[in-house]
Amino acid sequence: MTGAQAVKGLALPLLAVAAAELAARHYGIHSDSLAAPSAVALALYEALRDGSLLGWSGETIASALLGLAFGGLAGLVLGLALGLSPRLARLLEVPIELLRPIPSVALLPVALLIFGFGFRMEIAIIAFASFWPVAIIGQAAIAGVEPRLMEVSRMIGLGPLSRIAKIVLPAALPRLFVAFRLAAGISLIVAVTVEIAINPLGLGYALMQAQQTLRPELMFAVLLWVGIIGFALNWLLLAAQRRLFGRAAPAGATR
Amino acid sequence: LSRLKRLSWFGASLLLCLVIGLAWKYVTDQGLVSRVFLPSPDRTFTALFAGLSTGDLGAQMLATVERMLLGWALASLVGVALGAAIGVSRFARELLGPSLEFLRPLPASALIPVAIAFFGLSQIMVLGVIAFGTLWPMLLATVQGFAAVEPRLLEVGRMLRFNRLEVIAKFALPNALPDILAGMRLGLTVALILSVVGEMLAGQQGLGLRILLAARAFRSPDLFAGVILLGIIGFASNLLLALAEKRLLRWRQA
Repeated sequence: MTGAQAVKGLALPLLAVAAAELAARHYGIHSDSLAAPSAVALALYEALRDGSLLGWSGETIASALLGLAFGGLAGLVLGLALGLSPRLARLLEVPIELLRPIPSVALLPVALLIFGFGFRMEIAIIAFASFWPVAIIGQAAIAGVEPRLMEVSRMIGLGPLSRIAKIVLPAALPRLFVAFRLAAGISLIVAVTVEIAINPLGLGYALMQAQQTLRPELMFAVLLWVGIIGFALNWLLLAAQRRLFGRAAPAGATR
Repeated sequence: LSRLKRLSWFGASLLLCLVIGLAWKYVTDQGLVSRVFLPSPDRTFTALFAGLSTGDLGAQMLATVERMLLGWALASLVGVALGAAIGVSRFARELLGPSLEFLRPLPASALIPVAIAFFGLSQIMVLGVIAFGTLWPMLLATVQGFAAVEPRLLEVGRMLRFNRLEVIAKFALPNALPDILAGMRLGLTVALILSVVGEMLAGQQGLGLRILLAARAFRSPDLFAGVILLGIIGFASNLLLALAEKRLLRWRQA
């Protein structure tokens, strides 16, 4: 992004913030739902300084990462199996198509029943949600591995395991990374959603608490923070993708 | 793959579902998993059919579907209109693009507390959250589709002295359509998720509230019946939109 573009992009948000601040000063709001931008900034600073914001972030991010690890790994295994064996893929088609459309939040009460409140329930739901994109994209990625590479691996007599480790996974890696990136975004979204809906943990719960204790400045501060984390995660993974794979990244997956 | 072969694979796959169902029944009958967590399939389906034929399950399913579709339709209209307005002008794109990019990864559910602060635990709040959260895929797809019109087509438009509306209708919209439809499909999934969460939080009638209450009362057959219905809603809506997409985009294959 050039300087001129950055100025243009920042103009509107800055203008809106300035207008909100002016309006808040002028009319002197005492509201349960609105807060002046300066008050939001102050609340953000306070929450960062006393460590509470970092604590909530840690809870949310830890759940998201653990869920992503479980779900992603399981998804990778299924994607690998389906991609390597078209027969298995056809056999499992109906069960998969029946399970996949279940919205992850529909499992909230089920997980609540099994695990009660806490990390385990949240991680289970995140794992379910991040399982599918990895499995589905992974299957396509692995089924799309250049057939000649597979022939070569057969020619040089690689066993099935070393074939997967040396040929299949490296060849499919760029697309697998895209799947991982999508799943990472989903895991953060699902973590916050579960926390807002019922789980008393992390950033989502902090948001709900701030609203219920009528502290709009803290509510907007946490919201802004959630936005920053989401944006940073997205940016980081995109940068990693460009760095690691460059032009090998699949077209249309740069966003 | 021949038609017969494909059909027999499909049959085998259905058979596998039956085997899974039998395994489910065996596990619950033997008490390998506590019935509090996992009801037997027959009790689940009894609860499902009893709820649909006599109880209020059907009404609650309709309430959820209605909420999902209303929020989604609202978001589609606003998203495409707003996206067209932004996408058609380079100036607007540069002005708003970065802000949109910042808002895009924000979890839609994070806006629920804000919406509650403004609207309370009401129907309007839930609908607003669904519409706002569902807006993004459509909006961004439209902006992108409008921005990526082949420049030579625009030159042709200038040659033919098309005005702005004609350029939009003849070039930009068809160019954006595949992206918009993909965005609408994604949006419907998001709308279903937000409907369920919204019902749970705001205590609005619907499947979301129903499964939460069933879980709190340890009525696992009712809970699983609700989950199955939600899965059916997700499956059916996805299927319908995929069919619509195929139909609407038929001209591209030609």
